[in-house]
Amino acid sequence: MKFLRGGGIAGFITRRVLLGLLVMFLVSVIVFVSTQLLGDPARAILGRDATPDRLAALQKQLNLDSSKVGQYFHWLGGILHGDLGTSLASSQPVTQVLGARIANSAVLVVLAAIFSVPVSIAIGSYAALRREKLFDTLSSNLMLVLAALPEFVVAVLLVILLSTNVLHLLPAISPVPPGTHAWDYPDELVMPVATLVIAVAPYVSRIMRASMIEVLESDYVEMARLKGLPERTVLIRHALPNAIGPVFQVIAINLAYLAGGVVVIESVFNYPGIGLGLVDAVTNHDIPVVQALAMLIAAVYVVLNLLADVATILVTPRLRTRL
Amino acid sequence: MTTDQLPASEAESTEGRAAVTVRDLVIATTSGTEVVQGVSFEIAPGEVLGVVGESGSGKTTVGLALLGHARRGLAITGGTILLGDQDIRAMNDAQLRRLRGSLVSYVPQDPASSLNPALRIGIQLREVLEAHGQTDAKTNAARIAEMMREVALPDDPAYLKRYPHQLSGGQQQRVGLAMAFANRPRLIVLDEPTTGLDVTTQSTVLATVRELAQIHDVAALYVTHDLAVVAAVATRVAVMYAGRIVELGPADKLFESSGHPYTRRLVGAIPRLAGGRSLVGIPGHAPSPGKRPQGCAFAPRCRLRIDECEAEVPPMLEIASDHASRCIRALEVVDFKQDEYGDPVDLPEPDTDKPVLTLDNVVGYYGSTEVLHSINLTLEQGEILAVVGESGSGKTTTARSIAGLHHSWTGSIRLGETELAPAARARSTDVRRQIQYIFQNPYGSLNPRKTIGESVGQPLGIFKIASGKKADAMVGEMLEQVSLSASYARRYPDQCSGGERQRVAIARALISKPSVLICDEITSALDVSVQAAIVELLGELQRELGLSMVFVTHNLPLVRSIAQKVAVLADGSIVEYGDTAEILANPQQEYTRHLISDTPSLETATAEITAAVAPPTDGAHQA
Amino acid sequence: MSQTETAPALAEGVDTPTPAVGSSTLLVRSLRLWRTRIGALLTLILVFVAFVGPLLAPHASDEFIAKPFSSGSASGTVFGTDYLGYDVLSRFLYGGRGILLTALVSTVIGVVLGVVIGLVAAYARNALDDVLMRLMDVIMAFPQIMLALVAVSLVGAKNSVIIFAIALTTAPRVARVARGAAQPVVERDFIGATEAMGMSRARILSGELLPNILGPMMVEATLRLTYSIAVIAALAFLGLAANPDAANWGIMIQKNQVALAYEPWGALLPILAIALLTMGTGLIGDGIARTAAGIDRERGEE
Repeated sequence: MKFLRGGGIAGFITRRVLLGLLVMFLVSVIVFVSTQLLGDPARAILGRDATPDRLAALQKQLNLDSSKVGQYFHWLGGILHGDLGTSLASSQPVTQVLGARIANSAVLVVLAAIFSVPVSIAIGSYAALRREKLFDTLSSNLMLVLAALPEFVVAVLLVILLSTNVLHLLPAISPVPPGTHAWDYPDELVMPVATLVIAVAPYVSRIMRASMIEVLESDYVEMARLKGLPERTVLIRHALPNAIGPVFQVIAINLAYLAGGVVVIESVFNYPGIGLGLVDAVTNHDIPVVQALAMLIAAVYVVLNLLADVATILVTPRLRTRL
Repeated sequence: MTTDQLPASEAESTEGRAAVTVRDLVIATTSGTEVVQGVSFEIAPGEVLGVVGESGSGKTTVGLALLGHARRGLAITGGTILLGDQDIRAMNDAQLRRLRGSLVSYVPQDPASSLNPALRIGIQLREVLEAHGQTDAKTNAARIAEMMREVALPDDPAYLKRYPHQLSGGQQQRVGLAMAFANRPRLIVLDEPTTGLDVTTQSTVLATVRELAQIHDVAALYVTHDLAVVAAVATRVAVMYAGRIVELGPADKLFESSGHPYTRRLVGAIPRLAGGRSLVGIPGHAPSPGKRPQGCAFAPRCRLRIDECEAEVPPMLEIASDHASRCIRALEVVDFKQDEYGDPVDLPEPDTDKPVLTLDNVVGYYGSTEVLHSINLTLEQGEILAVVGESGSGKTTTARSIAGLHHSWTGSIRLGETELAPAARARSTDVRRQIQYIFQNPYGSLNPRKTIGESVGQPLGIFKIASGKKADAMVGEMLEQVSLSASYARRYPDQCSGGERQRVAIARALISKPSVLICDEITSALDVSVQAAIVELLGELQRELGLSMVFVTHNLPLVRSIAQKVAVLADGSIVEYGDTAEILANPQQEYTRHLISDTPSLETATAEITAAVAPPTDGAHQA
Repeated sequence: MSQTETAPALAEGVDTPTPAVGSSTLLVRSLRLWRTRIGALLTLILVFVAFVGPLLAPHASDEFIAKPFSSGSASGTVFGTDYLGYDVLSRFLYGGRGILLTALVSTVIGVVLGVVIGLVAAYARNALDDVLMRLMDVIMAFPQIMLALVAVSLVGAKNSVIIFAIALTTAPRVARVARGAAQPVVERDFIGATEAMGMSRARILSGELLPNILGPMMVEATLRLTYSIAVIAALAFLGLAANPDAANWGIMIQKNQVALAYEPWGALLPILAIALLTMGTGLIGDGIARTAAGIDRERGEE
């Protein structure tokens, strides 16, 4: 990447985008190889009692009669043109099958991010300020326990607590009917979103606390206090901007993790998003759908990391001015 | 713990009203261990009081207390701190906030980490003014420009828009000074502000401090571990040891007729540019807080110790109206001649016919940048060659190239007759055995997960010299040779002090019986008394074993005490190379002359200070 | 998470002997903390249940007792029957061993692989470092659960496939942490000292570098074990197990979930077990991390 040194922020972003594209290219190879070369998909789909005729027809439909490299580039070309192939289970274009599901999952993830990020940053910062006091002890221990719980366990526990055994406040499942939108059913969104928030908040608040403590112990914060600055200024102008940098990376990784975490949570709540779609596709050996979802989830990861890198650079002059 | 009341007359060393008065200051950890005990002093307006002490003496803690601040885990638990007639200890948080940065300001040790990396320096300067009620943008801009000029920095808006990392270390420290003087304080606390700066930068920063304190009639407390620096900046000096002031008096008196054995030994440990005396270290180390003895804390290391020393903490004994010492034998001590410490350096004559190491036209690179330009050096059998330079001069790169740790160089390095490959791995086992390297930082050069015995014995295994019982015996012997006991073999590095670790590193380097020893700034992370002890040890070992050594350092006076020859490096080139005594006495190059004149030393500084500040006193000079 | 650099030019002349800490002493020391003790206790109990449980089970794991979702009193069992009419308690006692074993094996493989890659990358300091870490990035782009799902769907829900998928996705995450922990160590002079003596790369990595990152690696290993347990249980929960009706905590949760409202034990027992187990490993990890940080603080004190 030496040929692209310099160029300020724009140059940096260009480099990162190219790197992201490289990662996506490798991802696509892995997705293709693992889904196509591990046995004959047509046979996997049709099972043991496939007639040669049907097998040949399906192989043609799946474009399996050309060379593997040819198949790969055909598939990749399709993706680049927005053509993700045809779902084997429903015989509809993958884009059509997944469109509504992607929107539904995006609603979950975005809502979870909107709630979890500010809350966990606030909790982490406040715990750092009240270090080893009551709030810190309580929140740190709670976050530790929550972080350890698998998200489907959290989800089922929430169901037990809020909609079956203890209280009956919310619906236990969230089946958004086809043709309607997830946001039309706010009560059905509460528990899936809460589960995702609980999955993400512990990590973000813990790293925020650690980062804030480090900054509060830094020489420049001590210096700011010794200059007689009001505590508000010390915290908001001197501590926060420096503490937030390392947190972006963790937020990105966790939001990307959400994109995978929805797989299980949507199953618990029977919520028609990409997670449930993936489970269905996997069970039905619907390879084009599996491929499309794998590419999508990987792309989310790459894009979020890219955004985090840019955000970190923007709040860190030492890195920014070096560009 | 005893805190002894200082008789009022003893502290009346400053005439008229003091800017700050500290009485019986006690600072303790939250668990109750007293870190600073019974510290008392005064500083007059316009006066610079130097506080000297080695690591752990409590000097920084005292400095911060003047701002009503104690670091995490510490608290001011006793005594009074009066700023004029305001009692700092009686102030609440809001009052303290108004005090800090306006009446009392602070210049931190490490400007690089004390300036906020995310804020432009202009903002960081402006907020000191704004925090103390000056909100008018125009006046503030003018005031900032004025301050920048006073510390000799550009005052244009573009410069103020820079971030701290875009400034050099010296510039960063000047910004720190500008900040400290911005609200025209009455007292300024400087906490080792020149540590880590090159001598040239240091000397200009010191001059600025001196000047500003005098012009603005500001009282200053200058905290440092470096006696030579204190001599250059302070009129009066307080020497701290194990949490107490052990001696307080005018700078020149402390350096020439000190009344405390610790001060004496400390002065004896300082390398002298002109003296050419060998250094004498102080054996042992200072007790940590909570482990301090009942009597005089220095007694266990003191040659003049008598039984009474251990009975109780000695009171401050008045030697003269302006000079007091916490030693029961102060009146005897003060009459000793300072010269008794350190014999004139007597370095053995090297064998000039047998070059053990030759550097021929060595050109070094970092990436594609040339950082060493045609280095030619010869090391004779039994010779110590000092390679001196400021940071970035290429001295360490030269040393690492010889050891094969820096691979990117061309030219020729020969060990005896053998041409050396650039990388250590490409060299023969015997070559690697013969060239041994000692690193600057003893805290990084020993594997914390290995015992001292394992670390020292490592070369025996790698070079297949010995194993098993025989190796253990050799390790034990080697440890005793560097004045550690064989029992150290079972310890881990973090159970040793820095000086002890450096001895371990020396033992590891010598156990394979090398023919060339490369010492890379090996004393720069150590206190002066320990530095002296290490240099003493190296000198002994060199005479005993006939070692040839390359001694890399930035410390010019130190060179005088150890090396027969010196090479002065600047920007990757040798600017001067030859006999040490000759070059230091009669430098031919402008650069060397600057280096020498900028190096603070007891002799030049005392003379300068006395001439500048006080009427000349008898015996101010000693050269 | 933040890298702690040990303060260098600290205290000569001050004696602050702090005992050196190896990995075993780190574990022992961490047991002084209550959180580690609670974590260890929880983990031990659950491990005991999972491994000794089958010996204590009153019924076989596939013995029909009464009609599905009968209450305890109706079926003469402690916790009633499950969706197949089998004894819930027995199924629970049988259902942990598989999850724990698979999690343990896959985590060990993943951690070892990750540590090796991380150390090699950190020590290389060149293009190899870049290439290795970009590769890790590519694998990290697939969430653990998704990669496991796809692998299981393609090859089948064999234990070996699950172990492979989890080890493969664990390794890059461990590698990143190992590399981060090793980087400051690589810069320290004792590594240079061994290089100057000509020590072999393999010995530098295993004998010099590795012991210095054992602390953070132990924390990471317990964290990864926590995740592995979660993913394996989740896979079973999603219905992707070799035998969809096996006695397995994840399957029990999924299949008995429908009866939560009136016969909850079938789902509740395994949920509590998994929750307490992951909490236990999480607490142990945090205890070790705190102990290591505490030791660093002691060392950093003047």
